[in-house]
Amino acid sequence: VLELIVISTLNGVLYGMLLFLMASGLTVIFSMLGVLNFAHASFYMLGAFFGFEISRWFGFWPALLVSPLLAGLIGAAVERYGLRRVHKNGHVAELLYTFGLAFVIEVVVEIIWGKSPVDYRVPRLLDFPAFTIFSTNYPAFKMFMLLVSVAIFLALLIALKKTRVGLIVQAALTHPHMVGHLGHNVDRIFMMVFGVGTALAAVAGVIAGPALQTQSNMAELLGPILFVVVVVGGLGSLRGAFIASLLIGLVQTFAVSMNGSLASIFGPLGLGNTQPLLADIWNVTIAQIAPIIPYLLMVVILLFRPMGLFGTRES
Amino acid sequence: MSDLSKVAAPPLSISSNKVCFHGSWIAAAIALLALPYIFSSGGSLTTFSLIGISIIFSLSYNILLGQTGMLSFGHAVYYGLGGFAAIHGMNLIATFKLPVPLPLVPLIGGISGLFFAAIFGWVPTRRSRTAFAMISLGVAELVASSSLILRSFFGGEAGISANRTKLLPVFGWNFGPEVQIYYLVAFWTLLSAIAMYALTRTPFGRMCNAVRDNPERVQFVGYDPHVIRFLAFCFAGFFAGIAGALAAINFEIANAAYLGAAQSGVVLFATYIGGVGYFIGPIIGAIFVTYLSLALSDLTTVWQLYFGLFFIAVVMFAPGGITGLLMKHRPLVRAGTMFTVLRAYLVALVPTLTMIAGLILGIEIVVQHTINAGEDPHTKAFGVHFNAASPLIWLLATALVIGGFVVARAAWRWVAKAWDEALNTAREKGFHA
Repeated sequence: VLELIVISTLNGVLYGMLLFLMASGLTVIFSMLGVLNFAHASFYMLGAFFGFEISRWFGFWPALLVSPLLAGLIGAAVERYGLRRVHKNGHVAELLYTFGLAFVIEVVVEIIWGKSPVDYRVPRLLDFPAFTIFSTNYPAFKMFMLLVSVAIFLALLIALKKTRVGLIVQAALTHPHMVGHLGHNVDRIFMMVFGVGTALAAVAGVIAGPALQTQSNMAELLGPILFVVVVVGGLGSLRGAFIASLLIGLVQTFAVSMNGSLASIFGPLGLGNTQPLLADIWNVTIAQIAPIIPYLLMVVILLFRPMGLFGTRES
Repeated sequence: MSDLSKVAAPPLSISSNKVCFHGSWIAAAIALLALPYIFSSGGSLTTFSLIGISIIFSLSYNILLGQTGMLSFGHAVYYGLGGFAAIHGMNLIATFKLPVPLPLVPLIGGISGLFFAAIFGWVPTRRSRTAFAMISLGVAELVASSSLILRSFFGGEAGISANRTKLLPVFGWNFGPEVQIYYLVAFWTLLSAIAMYALTRTPFGRMCNAVRDNPERVQFVGYDPHVIRFLAFCFAGFFAGIAGALAAINFEIANAAYLGAAQSGVVLFATYIGGVGYFIGPIIGAIFVTYLSLALSDLTTVWQLYFGLFFIAVVMFAPGGITGLLMKHRPLVRAGTMFTVLRAYLVALVPTLTMIAGLILGIEIVVQHTINAGEDPHTKAFGVHFNAASPLIWLLATALVIGGFVVARAAWRWVAKAWDEALNTAREKGFHA
């Protein structure tokens, strides 16, 4: 049991940090532009596929650098030539624009790489067990993933809190007009932030691709969970996004590794159910409902805190 | 949101307009009655039934998006649950030989849609705008994933089927033939459309518009925006349930795809492309999108890509949808200045179509090289044959796109000028939008 707890905690923190890599970009973009980028998970997917394609030709390390750059450039272009144009049509149009974009990106990825998973492998340099706890080998690549996401998290924190650029970005979050009056090009800041945000999502894609599955439905699978994270954390709150990412990462990882069901807990009491619908609920294991746990968590938290954990204003 | 949908329900005016208004419903009824006599083939009847279902579904969605300003990413949940309820209802009626005829089954779907909307709607409707959209998405995922767990109700991957002919016949109709189903769908489409139109005229409908435009003021007047959003959500769920039940009756099966994200996306596409600002918008959108998806899938393998690009184009260039675009020209037509604009449109259309043709050609070449890699490069899309391997075709596609883009940009500037002039003349004559 201890083994299970240690491994699940490690995996949960890892998954949570990956979620935060994406949720942080999403949150900063949302607070600045007022748009929840529906296509954010699609940039994660693009990152993974670019990573796969580049590492096929040049190896994993160039891919880790170039793929986020490419995705970030695409993201900046999307902001410059798409979103900025749609902005005057209102918030719904902006959200729908990114929704359409997510749809198109998925179809394009399907056209180019097909629907089945591609063979995106862990680089040979990192393909060994890092350490062994209780007879379980923990792969080095997972440690590398954890390291990268923590490093980026720290870099982001320092960049936002300590550097001049970070200060301008923070100021532009709340008072874009004032920042504009002070002589900063707010439009360009927005474009850069959008580009950096999508690049972060792409980093997550490059490092998650080999560990998870690189497939054309990966955006569709992850996207809704990502939105659950930002809603649960409170829209526009970085701290909330961080806590919610870890929370959902841990909860889901632990749920996957548990096999209990209502029947196995209360079974000895002899409350067997013959009614088929109840029997379904009775016999389902926690591992089986793991995919819906984030959504259940969202509903429960929003029942008590409609603004999310750290949300402040109605947006 | 206010700029999107200003005139969702203009006030009823003078009696001559009233005649015109009632006349249009009667004309719609006659058209629905006559359609099977004009197009009597089974295929077109099926298409009409699908369009009718889509119309109800899109109109119900517009109660949320257009009337109340709520962007939902999970409306298919109530459509799907309505469908499942209808299938289970039909099976129960058939087993116990209950005296319920098939035409009443959509009501079962509607009531279950209402029931589930009331359960799932309370939490999301606390918030508006982006937060509502995200929460509706989460709830939709919750239900869609649960449908794969609760196998006895949802039937797992395969779904659950029923036999619609096992129910009581009505006036000798057993609803086996396609034409009888068509009339059933047409009847419910007309009834639901009238009901939903009537809903926009009630004080409640007006409060929905108010919540959309300025929720704070609604609070000052003494209403709770949350309750109004919740009620609108329930109404939308009710009509979505009717649409889902009709779909279940049409296909005699309900499966998890009914309440999935794709279905929610389709209704969003249809409603928005049609135009959320006018009552008729979703109707036009439903007809257009259903027809387009059927027609495009015959023409090319990557029709979804064109569909998505078209949607993005609508969001970028015509946020009012098709009806919004048409209605913008009303003052010009009235003032008689439409001609100059129309001429400008025709001129601009040539380079624009050239550019689009180049884009399509480029996409089809890429498709030929990726999806059909290793096959004969001589291919055919949209009925045109070409050789995807020749460098000439690449050159042609690039030239068409770049040339078309440069000329089109200049041409559309000219259109904008012509438009401004025409609109100014119209305004001087006293015709406002």
